[in-house]
Amino acid sequence: MTLSFLIYKVILVLVIFAITLLVATYSTYAERKIAAFLQDRIGPDRAGPFGILQPLADAVKMFMKEEMIPSVSNRMLFIIGPGVCMLTACMTGVVIPWGPSMNIGGTEYPLQITDLNIGILYLFGVISLGVYGIMIGGWASNNKFSLLGAIRASSQMISYEVAMGLSIIALVMTTGTLSLGQIAADQPGAHWNVFIQPLGFLIFIICAFAETNRAPFDLPECETELVGGYHTEYSSMKLGFFLFAEYINMFISSAVISTFYFGGYNMPFIARFVHDPNWLAVLGFVFLFTKISFFIFVFMWVRWTLPRFRYDQLMNLGWKVLIPLSILNLVVTGGWMMRMEIYHFFIK
Amino acid sequence: MQALTNRSKVVAKKEMTFIEKLYLPAIFSGMIITFKHFFRRKPTIKYPEQIRPFSGVYRGQHVLKRDEIGAERCTACGLCAVACPAEAITMTSAERKPGEEGLYREEKYAATYEINMLRCIFCGDCEDACPKEAIFLTDRKVDSLYTRKEFVYGKNILVESKENPISLVKRQTPQVKEFKHHVEFAHNQTYDKQKKVKNSSH
Repeated sequence: MTLSFLIYKVILVLVIFAITLLVATYSTYAERKIAAFLQDRIGPDRAGPFGILQPLADAVKMFMKEEMIPSVSNRMLFIIGPGVCMLTACMTGVVIPWGPSMNIGGTEYPLQITDLNIGILYLFGVISLGVYGIMIGGWASNNKFSLLGAIRASSQMISYEVAMGLSIIALVMTTGTLSLGQIAADQPGAHWNVFIQPLGFLIFIICAFAETNRAPFDLPECETELVGGYHTEYSSMKLGFFLFAEYINMFISSAVISTFYFGGYNMPFIARFVHDPNWLAVLGFVFLFTKISFFIFVFMWVRWTLPRFRYDQLMNLGWKVLIPLSILNLVVTGGWMMRMEIYHFFIK
Repeated sequence: MQALTNRSKVVAKKEMTFIEKLYLPAIFSGMIITFKHFFRRKPTIKYPEQIRPFSGVYRGQHVLKRDEIGAERCTACGLCAVACPAEAITMTSAERKPGEEGLYREEKYAATYEINMLRCIFCGDCEDACPKEAIFLTDRKVDSLYTRKEFVYGKNILVESKENPISLVKRQTPQVKEFKHHVEFAHNQTYDKQKKVKNSSH
């Protein structure tokens, strides 16, 4: 572990952190623009050209708002809630491979903060911690609506994490690794996992919608029923943190979907034209971000198309449809992988 | 029972087919519909930069007209106030003194004339009621102001200035003018004409 390596890692961490925040910031702008365009409107266009400075204005607004902590709330937990939410959202970006390794002066510089050999496990651990922020925030508010929202959020996340995990197990079986770097590297060209695991992908993306609390699974914060759900009592930047964490989660989910099922930084035919590893790394980064942008767009597209589920429908879908389907997917995948053994077993 | 129209549909609660139960085809068709809207032309009018053209007969802020020599046409008869369904118009009358012929057209004139713009519903009944072609609604908007008192417009705002007469071309179309040539409106002809009429009747 040399000093230059350490400096490189620190820079990488800071850059990834900055990019995450930037993408999340502009996701809010994109959300408003896309929502407007899907509804035959124009959307924010006052701040700067095409309203490009709108997120800045929003941030200023958020900071200038009065900060209120209800007197009956649990003060410490009330403050910790959004912090936990934000922290877990930012932590997930660590294991995502943002591009193939760069090679400067004979040294390898991977564009991944750390390639944990249990990357998927880490990812799931951190994502499931995210519910704590919502739960703590909702409970500490001492408000019926907040508590209801928080309970909905936690039960929704717990039920959909099961199906999500099962769909990922099938992916792990085919890839044979838990490391995200390895999964991305194993999908060169157009050998994307989505062609091997189409059903798994479908289950995963549905669960990703539920995990990020976005429509049609946005029951924890449904305005029409629960005022604001778990962040009813929040104001100022604490509310901003909750909303912002959602956009970071969306960004990370898109990155994870791209990495798991759409080859991450890989693009068909690129190896024929570009041979320099540094250029490949830069292009890989661009490809990955194109894919991520597409999935963020899909997230928003779905949000502004579909109505919200009813709570019992949500639970029905989670437990009675997605989990059996993912188990079926698991069995079929396993059967296909062991087809020769099964064949020999029955022949002999 | 026989249906009154053939528009009613019989609602049948039937089991959904497997494809319908999947929901995915419906979701995708819905997404395609919203995606088409993404590229539609937006009907938004960006207000401060673009202003939607008013209709020619838009009924906005009132004006009290002057006649050809610049005398106020209003004679404080009160017909507009009677006609006003919102009771927004009040006035007090005064008698014209000798030497004020250039200021007021008739022997009686409105010393004060107030329209409460918060009460006014811009129906244009005052315009119809006016026998002297004195009050008209124009295509100007009433400004937004800070206090309620300011919305009571007096003569200082309502009477048009001699230098900048308010154009009524859009509302007073040829058809309207032709209509006003009707014998009932003979008293509304120009000052000179009316004098002639008076002289001849004497």
